[in-house]
Parts: sequence; C-alpha cells; structure tokens
Amino acid sequence: MTTQPENGPEAETNSGSTSASGTSVANTSVSGALLEMRGITKRFPGVLANDSVSFDVQGGEVHTLLGENGAGKSTLMKILFGMYSADAGEVLLEGRPVDVSSPSAAIEAGIGMIHQHFMLVPTLTVTENVALGLPHGVRPDLDVVRSRVGELSEQYGLAVDPDVYVWQLAVGERQRVEILKALYREIRLLVLDEPTAVLTPQEVDDFFVTLRALADDGRGLIFISHKLHEVMALSDRITVLRDGRVVGSTTPGETDRQELAEMMVGRQVKLASVQRQPADSSGESNPADLDYDARPANDARLVVTALDVAGDRDGVPPAVRGLSLEVAPGEILGVAGVSGNGQRELAEAIAGLRRPLTGSITLDGFELVGASPQRIRRSGLSFVPEERMRDGAIGDFSVSENLMLVDHGEPAHAVRGWLKLGALNKRAVDLVDRYQIKTPDVSTPTSSLSGGNIQKMIMARELSSGPSVLLAAQPTRGVDVGAAEYIHERLLAQRDEGTAVIVISEDLDEVLALADRIMVMFEGRVVGTVHRDRCTVEQLGLMMAGG
Amino acid sequence: MVRLQVFQGERVSSTAVRSAAIPVVAVLLALLVGAAMILALGANPLDGYRALFIGAFGSRSALADSAVRAMPLLLVAVGICVAFRAKVINIGGEGQIIAGAILSTVVALSVGDLPAVLLIPLVLIMGMVGGGIWGAIPGAMKAYLGVNEILSTIMLNIVAVQIMNYLLRDPLIDPKEIEQGTRIPQTERLPETADLPILLEGTRLHLGVVVAVVAAVAGWAFLWRTTIGFRVRAVGHSPHAARYAGMSVPRMTMLALSLSGALCGLAGAALVFGSQSHRLITDGSAAGFTGSAGFNGIVAALFGGLHPLWAIPSSFLFGGLLVGANAMQRAIQIPSALVVALNGLVVVFVIASNRIRDNLRKRVVDG
Repeated sequence: MTTQPENGPEAETNSGSTSASGTSVANTSVSGALLEMRGITKRFPGVLANDSVSFDVQGGEVHTLLGENGAGKSTLMKILFGMYSADAGEVLLEGRPVDVSSPSAAIEAGIGMIHQHFMLVPTLTVTENVALGLPHGVRPDLDVVRSRVGELSEQYGLAVDPDVYVWQLAVGERQRVEILKALYREIRLLVLDEPTAVLTPQEVDDFFVTLRALADDGRGLIFISHKLHEVMALSDRITVLRDGRVVGSTTPGETDRQELAEMMVGRQVKLASVQRQPADSSGESNPADLDYDARPANDARLVVTALDVAGDRDGVPPAVRGLSLEVAPGEILGVAGVSGNGQRELAEAIAGLRRPLTGSITLDGFELVGASPQRIRRSGLSFVPEERMRDGAIGDFSVSENLMLVDHGEPAHAVRGWLKLGALNKRAVDLVDRYQIKTPDVSTPTSSLSGGNIQKMIMARELSSGPSVLLAAQPTRGVDVGAAEYIHERLLAQRDEGTAVIVISEDLDEVLALADRIMVMFEGRVVGTVHRDRCTVEQLGLMMAGG
Repeated sequence: MVRLQVFQGERVSSTAVRSAAIPVVAVLLALLVGAAMILALGANPLDGYRALFIGAFGSRSALADSAVRAMPLLLVAVGICVAFRAKVINIGGEGQIIAGAILSTVVALSVGDLPAVLLIPLVLIMGMVGGGIWGAIPGAMKAYLGVNEILSTIMLNIVAVQIMNYLLRDPLIDPKEIEQGTRIPQTERLPETADLPILLEGTRLHLGVVVAVVAAVAGWAFLWRTTIGFRVRAVGHSPHAARYAGMSVPRMTMLALSLSGALCGLAGAALVFGSQSHRLITDGSAAGFTGSAGFNGIVAALFGGLHPLWAIPSSFLFGGLLVGANAMQRAIQIPSALVVALNGLVVVFVIASNRIRDNLRKRVVDG
C-alpha cells in the first residue's frame, strides 16, 4: 500500500474500461480553479457562521482549511456538500455555478466527503458498501463494482479486500473503504474531515502518499485537521478561518506552526508540542538503551495488575490482556496507541464501568475491581471519558445540571434529597468563571456549546472534587487549539498538585507534551513503558505498531 | 415507534410561549377533521360542537364533572411523564389502575370502619402500593432482563383485568349478589368512611381532584427539585453519561416505572372511592370502571408536552371532551365515540407538529 501509483497514462488505462473518469479528472488540473466558493455567508440565529468566505481549490492541490471549532469550517463544508444552503454567495466548479442543494446533488457534481465518523454499514461487505446508493436497475451488478474497487485500490495503494465484511476491518481500513466509495463515484473534489485521528504515525505517512497521488491525478483535496505538523507536511496551501471569516491564506513554505496557531486563535499561544519537541532521531538516544519498563519515581498510588478485560465482541481475545501499570502521585502516565487497542476497555475497567475478567486495580491499596462506579469515584478517582457527548455530558441538560452530574448528592448540594438549587447555581457560575467556559449563562443547554467548552466543563466537574487519581481519555480530541492549550495547562497543574494522572491519547504529540512516562498499548497488551525524555517519535511509532 | 417530543424541563416559560401555539393549532385541526366526520354522518358540526362545549364547560356542575373525569387522566398523565423522563414508555396505566383499585378495595373491606381521616389516606396509599407493584414488575423486567416495557406493560394490563374478573366473580363478590342470584360482578358497598368527600355542594367534585393536582405538582417537584428526580432525568436523557457519573441506570429505570405505576394506582383508588356506587365493578371488558383512563392519560400527557404541570390543563381539556361528548350525542345523535377519534387526531397533530418544530430547531442549533 505504500507504492506510489504511477500517474498519467497508466492510471488512465486502468480506469478506462469501466469509466472515463481518468481523462476528465486529469484535464481539470490544467484549467483554472477546480472549485471556487465566492462570498459564502451563512447566518444562524445569533451567529454569523460564515461571513462572505471565499475559498478556492485548484485541481491537483491539497488545500487545508484550518480553524478552531466554531470557526466556520464545518458550516462551509456542509454548504459545499449540500447539507446547508448558503444565505449568500455561490459555488462554482470549473468556473460554472453548480447546484449543491443536497448531498446527492453534490456527489452528482463530483464532490466527495470523508466524514469523521464513517458512513459504512458494518454487516455488508466492502463491495456492497461501495455499491450502496449507486443508481442501478433491479439489483446492482456487484461483480462490476468488485472489479472496479480492486482496480482503484491497486491504483492508489488503498489495500483492502473487497469481499470482507466491514465489521471485520480495522479503523484505518474502513477509512480506505470510504475513500474508495468516493473514488468509485468519480469525485473530482474530496473533502477530508480530520482523517488522521484514527491512524498511527506510520499509517499517516502512507495515507499522505495516497492523498498526494489522488491530488496528482488532478483532483482537488480539502484537508481539515487540527494537527499542525500534518498540515505543514501535506498542504499546498493553507487557509485559516476564525469567527466565520478568512484570516488569511498561506503556504507551508511561508509559515510555521506557531504562526498558524496564532492565526487560528487570534492571539499569542504557548504551543506545548512545539515547546517540548521529542528527542530527535539523530540524537543521542539509542533504541537499544531504551528502558522499556520505566517505573514511577515515587510509590504508586494506582496499581493495575495482570488485568484482562473483555471487549464488546464475542469470540475474540479479550480487549485488554495481562496488563499492568502503576501511576504515582505527581506524575502523568501517557497511554499511547492506535485507537481500538484496548485503551477504551482499560479506561472503563478502571472507572468501574466494565468488569475485568481477571486482575486487580487498587487505589491506595483499596481494591476497585467489583466496586460500583459511584464507590470508585468516592474513593478519589475522577474520569474524563473519551466520548465527550455520549458519556461525559448530557446535551439536553444545562451547563449547571451537567456540572452537578456527579456530586449533586453531596451534603453541600442537597438536604434530605432536595437539591439546593441556589448553591448549585452559584457554584456553577463560579466554575464557569474559573475554568473559562464560554457560555451565555449556566442555564444554557450544553449541546449549544462548542466541543472545547464542553470539555472544559467536564474538566471543571471532574477536577472540582480534588481527585487523587485523574483518568483523562482523549482529553483534547476534536477540541480547538485554545481550549486544548488550556486543558493541557490544567492537566499539568493537577499533576503539580500531586494528583496521579493518566492521559490516554491517540495523539502522540499530546502524549509527548504532557506525559512523564509513556506506556504504549498494542492489541490489549503493554508493548513497553518508557521515560518521556529518553525516547523518539520513531521508537514510539514502532511500538504503536506492535514492535 | 413514535418519537415523543419533550418540553425543556424547567425552561417552560421561554419555550412554552412559542410552543403554546402548537397544541392550540393541533386541537383546531383535529376539530376541523372531526367536523368533516360529523358532516359525513349527516349532522351539523357547529351544533354538535356547541353542545359539546356547553356540556363540558358551560355550567358549574359541567365544569365539576369535567374535573372529575380529568382526575384519573391527570394522575395517569403525571405517571407517564415521570416514566418518560427516564425514557420508559408506560402503556400499562390500565393494569396499574386496576391493581391499585383491587388492593385498596381489599384493604378497605378487611379493615372495615376506620375513621375517615385514617381510612381515606390508607386506601389512597394502598392504591399507590398496588399500582406501584404492577409498575415495578415490568420495571424490574426492563432494568435487569432487558424486556421491552411497552410489551410487558400491555401484557400486564390483560393479566390485571383477568385477576379483577376472577376476584369480582368469586372471592370479592357482594354476598347479596349470590343470595339474590343476580351475580353482578361487583363488591359490596365499601365502608362509607372511605368515600372521598364532595368538595362543592351540589356537584360531584370530590377530593380525588385535589389529590391529582397535588400529585402533578409533586411530580414536577420530584423531577426538578430532588436528587433522585435529577438522576431519573439524567438516566432518561443519557444512560451512558449517567452511568459514567456513577448513577445506577437499572435502579432509576425501575424506580421510574414503579412511581409511574403508583400514580396510576392512586387513580385506581380515587376512581373506586370517588365513584357514585362506591363499589369496585367490572363489566368484564378491559375498559370497565377505568373508562380507559390508562390510555387516555397517555394522550393527555403527550398533549401536555410530557410535563407534569402542563398535564393539568391538558387533562382538564380531555376530561371536558369526554363529558361533552355525551351532550353532543344527545344534541345531534352522533355517537360519543367520535370523541375518541378526536383524541386520536389531536395526538397525531401534536406529534406531527412537534416533529416539524423539532426539525426547525435542529437546523438552527446545528451550526
């Protein structure tokens, strides 16, 4: 899958039999802008989501759209993909106004979108998923689809078996199916919404080779990502949005990460990942010297021993196998790994939400296995869950209701079962203030807050109890740079106050920025635990791949 | 399944003003379709509706009758609201009414003549206990065995009806019915001290109506002012987040359905001890003494946006429609069953318009 596909004539012959796409796609790179969005304005009550945004993509280029959550990126892309209609402005493809009144019209016009959450039917095969929604007679001719899928996956290094069921695929493979779906529909413009969140650093490298090949064939790619180093590595051009307006456009050659971050946020930022660069691979560190069993400096507070935890699917090995770890007060243990390697099950087992098959988890000597989630929380564990909107907060509840979700029964907040709404409200106002949660007021429904502010709200709730152990899963996933920066500061401050902190993250930059020790998980096991200062990204990447 | 729309709990004031138009429009549309049906039956809809409204709300005693008719609807509606807030759909109101009626009747018959101040609270509480047990059964089945509560509550309705039929034909039957050989399935006259007192001279307005209104206020206070109510709502909105926050989802599910049953059971006791005959009677059908309040209460709850306080006016409206339907039948010879169709139409329009508003709001919030 790493092979760079040959461009030009060969690619065209490959696709020639089933479709004429090769030729037409290649031609677009010569003539002007492939896509032009002119003066797009979209108003929602109280918000100007897009304020006469102009944006264009040339055939053959990767144009990154960068901006914090709520900056208007999604709105702009939803307009492009026909999910919203713009109040003003026009969309032109190859210089001609194009009708994007619905997603199907957008697909018809040659626009494809890879969503953050994959739109696949797990119980169907790869071929069947690609065939879904295609125009056909009584039934689709799956043989034609299958052979074309095979061609496309070979052409672009998107290795995936067309006959395998989607539920059997790893996340990275599912993403390839999404791209194949788009390619099958002969898209000329592909929108990728944070596509690298589910990949290892090595997989990202391969993925970028594929994206580059797609662009080289004349397609236009719109890349949306928060990871600045990826943006720098992949983009031909970068356009930054803030508060619904275009702040500026630049190229990787003319800018750096620090400047991009400041353009996004509109002020000076302290970029943790820039400040703490990992040791360079050319540096002193030698893999052979690396201590793969790094221990905490102090006595451990949370000790996990020989833990086995079942996953959701039957008939497969446990999601967590023979896992042991220790975290001491005043340190951050980073848990790195590609998503789906048992991190979620580990987190749920520690929080008491998933009963381990075997093993023990102790907090200051107190056995947590078998205790209720409530009991575990009372013994001093706070938990910031991975699925923020599903597990961390209730969208229909107000900010103040979400802030009291855990401790509304405490004597300070309730008398004989009656809520002290006045006191609870006052505390909510106080927490909103202290944790810089941007919300009109505490009675605002949480679902109308941005991801970053919801995460700050969850942090406020989980930290206000003064936990002795804090378990934070994907604490800044999908969160804007400003909020991520703030959340990182809070996590570091919590460590400095003597809390034992576990940060589970698929974002290696984040783990490197925060952790004192890094534990890498692969297929439910610990590959190794290393000291942050004595490892390289390459070594961690290898460990994440199971090596 | 029907997607039930919820008003935003406490923020009644702001949402309600905009939402208030929807039920009104829904009722008007239902009346319009109903008018077409009356026309099709060859009668004058205006005459019919005039008779209906005068019969329901036109006089002191009409208003009192409507309130009495609304009483069980309101109690069931509040029960539906509580269950719904925990994402539990309780279709078992009928069975829970019957269970409450049976237990309170049995207790009243066995303790005999206690003073009213003791006996009335006792029979009402026994009604709640009976209904509560009948709600706890499907509650436990759902919480711990994953049994769909819609199916189990409907099935338990049938079980309750059959138990009542058996009891009233044999163990509980009025001995006089056997002596005289008439064998009407009814109990003897229940102790007079258990009669729910009439509150307005010359009308049928009895204590049960006040109890129902108090229950509605209590239901609201429970959901929005207590820790347990908070947990019930949290579980209903997001079982995942509730679990992560350390709440027990099964416990709250079971509690909500038990409370829901208890409120329906209270309706059962109030129906028996507030009835004209002061007996528990069955006519053998599912409806019987309940007047289908277990189902009509669902309608009232939906119409009230599944909010206990809005259920008060909503139940009164539907109680009035039921009372007025008889007047309409007398005036234009249209079967009073038409009102059942009207009820259904109102619900269809309310749910449809909620859906429309919901979609509008979604498009607004998504940005």
